[in-house]
Amino acid sequence: MTVPRLIEQFEHGLDAPICLTWELTYACNLACVHCLSSSGKRDPRELSTRQCKDIIDELERMQVFYVNIGGGEPTVRPDFWELVDYATAHHVGVKFSTNGVRITPEVATRLAASDYVDVQISLDGATAEVNDAVRGPGSFAMAVGALENLAAAGFSDAKISVVVTRHNVDQLDEFAALAGRYGATLRITRLRPSGRGADVWEDLHPTAAQQVQLYDWLVARGERVLTGDSFFHLSGLGEPGALAGLNLCGAGRVVCLIDPVGDVYACPFVLHDEFRAGSVRDPGGFAHVWRHSELFLELREPASAGACASCGSYDACQGGCMAAKFFTGLPLDGPDPECVKGFGEDALAGTAVAMVPAAGSSDHSWKPVTLGRTMGSTRRATGAAAPVV
Amino acid sequence: MECAGSTDRVFDPDRAWQLHPQVAVRPEPFGALLYHFGTRKLSFLKNRTILTVVRSLAEHPDVRSACRAAGVQDSGQGPYLHALGVLADSKMLVVQESK
Repeated sequence: MTVPRLIEQFEHGLDAPICLTWELTYACNLACVHCLSSSGKRDPRELSTRQCKDIIDELERMQVFYVNIGGGEPTVRPDFWELVDYATAHHVGVKFSTNGVRITPEVATRLAASDYVDVQISLDGATAEVNDAVRGPGSFAMAVGALENLAAAGFSDAKISVVVTRHNVDQLDEFAALAGRYGATLRITRLRPSGRGADVWEDLHPTAAQQVQLYDWLVARGERVLTGDSFFHLSGLGEPGALAGLNLCGAGRVVCLIDPVGDVYACPFVLHDEFRAGSVRDPGGFAHVWRHSELFLELREPASAGACASCGSYDACQGGCMAAKFFTGLPLDGPDPECVKGFGEDALAGTAVAMVPAAGSSDHSWKPVTLGRTMGSTRRATGAAAPVV
Repeated sequence: MECAGSTDRVFDPDRAWQLHPQVAVRPEPFGALLYHFGTRKLSFLKNRTILTVVRSLAEHPDVRSACRAAGVQDSGQGPYLHALGVLADSKMLVVQESK
């Protein structure tokens, strides 16, 4: 049996997702400028404790091994720990992302006692200056405090999750050192122009030269670094297989997302009506959406290489990330906006007045969020329509 | 619990092995997914035969007899033993304690 055959199987989808992201709430104590889910205010329609437990029961039946819980800031839900306990008692492991706000020494001690809970602390700068410009004042100290509490409680191998930006790409070694200090593992992922990220993407996404720098760093030092397979758009920069991972867009095939009101989307980076596959409240629940939604069945069909068909790197990058294209107004069968061959920049230049999708119905921002003063002004790439609240 | 990775670096198919108690198995059309809740690692079984072998390991006194029971004769066991060795390296499989 060869590996390509296995990837083909993934392209056709699995009986249940491998990697399921579940955003428990849109409520958040922070207001990060690049928030994928435009979080801030709780949505009054958010799933109740009972509804969440019903979903966990269903995930157990489907043998979803673990869920990546996020938000918003999931730990601000009053029933958060109850749901974590319920999930692990029902053989659904939990990895949750947090800014650290509730990771007190007591909570850290509780977490250290469970084999079935993994914690991921978000940090977007290895220094307070770089981090707080994106995540807000005090957020660096809060995250580091959480890491200290986890380490002191004996929680091993927490994750430090970093979105790579123009301003922190030079800090990758510092992030690795920070992780080492707390017995943690570094995880770096790609900045997507999703949610509020669309507003700051032009200012924050790594430059072409930085993409090469990032790729070289991953090849040289990335062996112990997790990436969520998120940099497959860079794989055209080197030999096939130089980057670890499947190098495949898993949207609707191995990955999907449940949002706080129970809507199911193809991936965590496309919280938009066009990529809404259904709702866990629909008859048949989540399993029915996963197995039968028109959108997911379509995503499992072989994709057209479109404008990339003649590019020698298409086999390596598969045209890149659907969400990155969608939210920068590029056609889905064209190059990624950060295409390493430069075709994305050309395409963006050619669509200066492209229709970037409006934020849609899932914007829960408290108010317009702007970059910290060290980063300069913000602007939406093409002056798209205002959010519909 | 004996730790296969640290004490048995060489995978010995003449010994009795079993799935690590923290490993969950999910059959899929192509074979199966394995997930280890302790190491949080995911592995793939690429066909149904290896799935049968993995699931029945605990019922056999050694790996070779588990392979035979799944229809893999000794002459064809090479790729299976290699795959099982990889699983043992990643602690998905452990030596049965009592044998």
